[in-house]
Amino acid sequence: MAVVTAQKPSEELITIGKTSTQSDAITLRIARSNPAEGQETTYAEFKVPVKKWTTVLEAILYVKQNLDHAVAVRYSCRQASCGSCGMKINGKPALACYTKVSEIKSNVITVEPMNNFPIIRDLAVDFKQLTSNHKKIKPFIINEESEVTPESKEFIQTPKDLEKFLQFSYCIKCGLCNSACPTMATDTSFIGPQGLAQAYRYVADNRDKGKEERLKIVDNSHGIWRCHFAGSCSHVCPKGVDPAMAIQLLRGYMLGFQK
Amino acid sequence: MTERLSNREGIKGMANPTRYGIERVAYWLQRLTGLGLLAYLIGHIIETSTIVHGKIAWDKMLEFTQTIQGHLFLTLVIGMCVFHTANGIRVMLGHGGIGVGKPGQPEYPYKASSLNYKQRLCIWVSIGLAALAMMYGASVLFGV
Ligand code: HEM
Ligand code: SF4
Ligand code: FES
Repeated sequence: MAVVTAQKPSEELITIGKTSTQSDAITLRIARSNPAEGQETTYAEFKVPVKKWTTVLEAILYVKQNLDHAVAVRYSCRQASCGSCGMKINGKPALACYTKVSEIKSNVITVEPMNNFPIIRDLAVDFKQLTSNHKKIKPFIINEESEVTPESKEFIQTPKDLEKFLQFSYCIKCGLCNSACPTMATDTSFIGPQGLAQAYRYVADNRDKGKEERLKIVDNSHGIWRCHFAGSCSHVCPKGVDPAMAIQLLRGYMLGFQK
Repeated sequence: MTERLSNREGIKGMANPTRYGIERVAYWLQRLTGLGLLAYLIGHIIETSTIVHGKIAWDKMLEFTQTIQGHLFLTLVIGMCVFHTANGIRVMLGHGGIGVGKPGQPEYPYKASSLNYKQRLCIWVSIGLAALAMMYGASVLFGV
């Protein structure tokens, strides 16, 4: 186990906000592994100076910049928009850029790769299954008139029509829901809450004419019927998509209880 | 990528009710009580079939239900039955899209409407009813 102690806080951490100069330190434990090379998980510990507003991602990047460049982590937007930085933070899936160190009631923070996704290295996981399941449900509007021609007229949707699917369209494909889902934990072929919620996003859109096709895809033993409404997906979703609601509404629609 | 490298949580993760709120506890209890009731049903069929081995075997089986362990076991079965039924009705309605909230504009801090107070209340009521039924059952069995 590598234990590295930081000598000085990074410039970024000193210069953000001049109001407070005192800087607490946390112990950041990073799970290191490289399964393809047969390297089992070990935990490397780092002392990282933090402020009230430091995010877990910033703490990891501090380690990368100052203590160990080799830590593998995926990120991009740093503002909960790109869906890249999902990981387990003290045992629960969350976005590292959207979780402040001060929110976690502990001086020791352990970051690990999300479950139910193959590990590439350290904190970076493979999204192939999520993207292929997302593609499978045809995440686009199926409507012959959707091609824009000079004669095209706008498709009028009322605010009520919009409200039926808008919330579900906020999905950033971060995969936190799939990583919290108990069915995903054991069923290797399950579409997962992300894909199922997106199926409903299009089914609920009155511009879409592809309901039949899409319902056929989710209507199988590794599809919609595998959801047990444990709600863990909605518990961790950082964008308020509420995949559990989308899935139950889709199932209700398929069973004829919902319009 | 082989499943060995998939970092799937497996049964241990699926059966860990501690991290995702009361809804995940209810999911876990529903499974546990469902399997418990299934085991009871199988046990019950085996028990009642002892009658084909004659009255002595049958009476021996019945004796167990008169012991303290037997009473405790039946009290547990009552609890499992009540929780599984009450929570099962909540889950079935939920599966039909009933009581899971309405889609709308999510507002920070993005509390999910499907994890609403009605759902949580139903879970607690199921637990409460199971506890009451167990108390009543125990009082009858133990003859208090
Ligand atoms: C009125 C009575 C009952 C109701 C309303 C009911 C309802 C349900 C529901 C809704 C589920 C699915 C839960 C989910 O999707 O996770 C379920 C699962 C199950 N039930 Fe029942 N049930 C009843 C009686 C029984 C009885 C008598 C038994 C046993 C003999 C039983 C055994 C099971 C088992 C083994 C499961 C599977 C657990 C799982 O996969 O999570 N149930 N029940
Ligand atoms: S539904 Fe929520 S948790 Fe799941 S991928 Fe989309 S944004 Fe992430
Ligand atoms: S870095 Fe983009 S969501 Fe966290």
